[in-house]
Formats: sequence, structure tokens, C-alpha cells
Amino acid sequence: MSSLDQSRRAADRAARESYGRLVALLSSITRDVASAEDALAEAFAAALRQWPAQGVPHNPEGWLLAVARRRLIDSSRRRGTNERFQDHLKLISEELDAERETSREIPDRRVALMFACAHPEIEPSIRTPLILQTILGFTAEAIAAAFLVPPATMAQRLVRAKARIKQSGIPFAVPERADLPGRLDAVLQAVYAAYSRDWAEAAEDTEDRLSDEAIWLGQVTAELIPDQAEVKGLLALMLFLDARRGARSAADGSYVPLDEQDTARWNLAQIRQAEALMKDANRMEGAGRFQIEAAIQSAHVARRLHGVDSRPDIVALYDVLFTLVPTPVVALNRLVARSRISGADEVLDEIRQLGADASLIDYQPYWAARGMLLAEAGRNEEAREALTAALGLATDEAARAFLQRRIARLPGTPGGT
Amino acid sequence: MNYMLMLYADEVAGSNIPPEEMKGFMDQLHAYREALRKANAFVATAPLARTDTACTVHVDRGEMKVQDGPYAETREQLGGYYIIRAENMDEAIKWAARCPAATWGTIEVRQIIDLGDE
Repeated sequence: MSSLDQSRRAADRAARESYGRLVALLSSITRDVASAEDALAEAFAAALRQWPAQGVPHNPEGWLLAVARRRLIDSSRRRGTNERFQDHLKLISEELDAERETSREIPDRRVALMFACAHPEIEPSIRTPLILQTILGFTAEAIAAAFLVPPATMAQRLVRAKARIKQSGIPFAVPERADLPGRLDAVLQAVYAAYSRDWAEAAEDTEDRLSDEAIWLGQVTAELIPDQAEVKGLLALMLFLDARRGARSAADGSYVPLDEQDTARWNLAQIRQAEALMKDANRMEGAGRFQIEAAIQSAHVARRLHGVDSRPDIVALYDVLFTLVPTPVVALNRLVARSRISGADEVLDEIRQLGADASLIDYQPYWAARGMLLAEAGRNEEAREALTAALGLATDEAARAFLQRRIARLPGTPGGT
Repeated sequence: MNYMLMLYADEVAGSNIPPEEMKGFMDQLHAYREALRKANAFVATAPLARTDTACTVHVDRGEMKVQDGPYAETREQLGGYYIIRAENMDEAIKWAARCPAATWGTIEVRQIIDLGDE
């Protein structure tokens, strides 16, 4: 391998592994995420110019940090930022130098940055994109594609959110214990939104799966905040769901619902990891929504893997979840769980009433669940109508293939059975 | 606000799809229209005939020019459209992403300017 390739690879590796750590560190000093990203981008460009000729430094991350910091100081000088701020910046960077030389460990401020990105002053819908960009280095284009927003609009929203962090003096810190639960929930929700964004699309072959990145964010958060049950609960939930990923699509790519999945294709290592995290979380104080949702997944695993009739537990867990998160989506899932015990007929009236909620009218899983329950109850014409709506709202091939087959199986379908 | 979803696809490839598979796509398009209707987002839709039956007309200083074929020769041709109601561009994009035609072609999303003079 040429030294050019080697330096490229070293820069690449440093980029992926330390991008978020370096952005977090630099912006926690300046409170200016955009300039931190710019300075870091310049540092990476300098690395790609210099390393091929001069060799890769012993501590690439430290090298990148030193260059980026110098750029930051230069640009704040150019902008005429006040002297006290500059002194502050220099002082802190000297401290960091000292710290780096003694321990060679760069302090990890990523969680502090995540708290800044998910601050109450920041609009909820931009929190996840902001975390994806600052911690993981996703481009605005990639984030826009995942969130179905025009790239220019996403870029503009990200810039605006970063300006807000700077202007409102949003702190880059883990909140005090008293404020922690509420603030932590916003961070965890942002991470989970990154996970579920991908989960909705069954495609298993995309290389940079957003769900992998979300799990990684969950792991980072769990390492840096080890004493909060919900952090572990969220990681457990994501691992439970991810463990079934391979079993969720059939050989022809169509979606396979939980009850029909081949459990031999579940990832047992991930399930064990999730169970262990849940056990840890249960020993801690309080039970939040993510722990409850993880417990529901665990109950599904017990039912499918060990033949335990966990249906009443699942209903009871949904009841608790609904008191914590009283949304139409949780109400829907609770009704589906109840139908597993009582049969579809018992819940269909409530399912229909739920459909009056405007937020469900174009919610694909609602129409799919409604159609499946109607089919189960033998109400074939209504089932066809609901499943057709679900098909029309589907965005991925797996769901389309599954629903088309389900519609064809309804009695009375031309060419069906 | 109304938006036009302009469906572009390779019409030669399209006409080579076996009938069985084509029926599946047609069912998907039908379902898509039903979903739009349920959400009160449907305004209009129509498929267009192939571009080899198209003509372009241009009047240049009183001289009329008529030519065979589409206005622009491109790899993908305009093959149909939907007009939908949506709150904003984000929502219109969400609907475009649900359109099955996005999987075999490309959808251009354009806001329709409301002249307010109905």
C-alpha cells in the first residue's frame, strides 16, 4: 500500500472514529458548532495534504485537534471576537494540551454536545438531524434523504439550529441531577428517532444503515451516563428490534411479521445483550417508556423462543406504556396486543374510533393493522379497503409485496384463493 | 396548496414489463390513489400516451412549426402526473416517496401557483 493510501486511510479512520469527539470538544469550548465543524473540516483537508508526505502522526486525533484549534483561534481573531474570549480559548486549549500529554486521552464531551442539540430551545424535529451531523458527521444531503426533506431546506434548518445554540448560550453540559430525567428523555428520543427512521424501511442491504449508527449512539450514551435506567432501556430496545432484522424479510424480499418469523434467523447474541441491559436497568430506580418497550420486546422473545404465553404481560405492559406515552400509536399497539387474547372482533370498534384521529389518517401501520384485524374477523370487503390504503401508503418494496399477497389471499379477490 | 407530481420513467423499459408484473404495479397505483383519497389529498391524476405519439408546436414570428416527438429527448420521459393537496413541500415529498412510480422512475415535485382567480 502506498503512503498516500495509508495516510488517506488513517485520516478516514480518524474521521469516522473521532469526528464527533472532536466537534464536541471544540464546540464545548466555543459554543459554536458551525465554526467547530468548519475548523475540523480544514484540519482534515490539511491532514490529507500533509500526511502522505510527512507520515501519519502518532496520535492522529491529537494532531487534528491541534490544527483545528489553531484555525478556530485564527478565525475568531479575524472576526474580532473579544479578547477575553480568545484568552479563554487559549487557556482551555493549553489545559487540554497538558491533559493530552499526560493521559493521551482526549476528554469525551459527546454527550454534552447531544444535550446541547436536544435542548428545549431547539425545535424537536431538528434535534435528531443535528445530532446526526455533529456527532456522526453525516452530510446535510444524507440527512435530508433520510428525513424526506429537500437538501437545501435541511441545510438551512441545521444552520439555523446551530446559530440558535450559539446565540441562546445553550450550555454544553450534562444537566444537574434534578433536571436530568426530562432533558435526558429528549436526547434518547432523538437517538430513537434515528433508529426508527431506518427501521421503517426494511431494506437490509444499505451499507450505512442509520439504525447501526443509532445503536452506536446509544452505546456511547450508555458508556458516558452509566447510572440512568432509561439509557440502558433504550439500548436494550434497539438491540431487541435489531436482533430480528434478518428474519423480517423473506427470500423474495417481502416483509415477514413477527409471528411468522423464523426464530433461527434471530441474532441471539444481540438478544442476550439486550436482556442483560434490561436486567441492569430494572435494578435501577424508576421505569420509563424505553424500559417498558424493551420489556414488551423481551416478552415477544419469551413467547416465540420459549413458548411462554406472555400475551397478558404484553397487554399489561402496553397499559403502563399508555399512561406514560398516551399517543394514538401506543393506543393502536395496545389494541392489537389485546386482540391476541380476545380476538379481533372485540377490538375492531375501538380501532375504527381511533381512526378519527387526524394523525393516523396517513399512518401506514394503522391501516395495515386495521386491515389484518378485519381479515381475521372475516370482514373481507372492509379488510380489502384498509389493506389497500396501507398498500398505498407503503414506501418500501417489502411492505408492498407483503400487503399485495395478503390482499390476494382475501376471499372474493379475482385470481385469489 | 396544490402540488404536481410529475412521473418520469423509461417508457421503452416500461412497455417491456410482462403483463403479470404490470398488473401488480397497476394495483399499487390504484392503492396509492385510494390512500390519497382517504387522506383528502387527492385532486387529479392521469397517465400520458407514449412520447412517440407526441408533437411539439412553436410559433416563430407568425410561422408555425410542428415537430414529431417530445420537447426534449431524455433518458426518462414524462409518463403521467398526480395533482395533490399538501400543507407544504415537506408533505408533498412525503407523498411522492409513497408513490410506487418512484421505485421504477423519478418524480419531480412542483408547487402549483395559485392565481386565486377562480
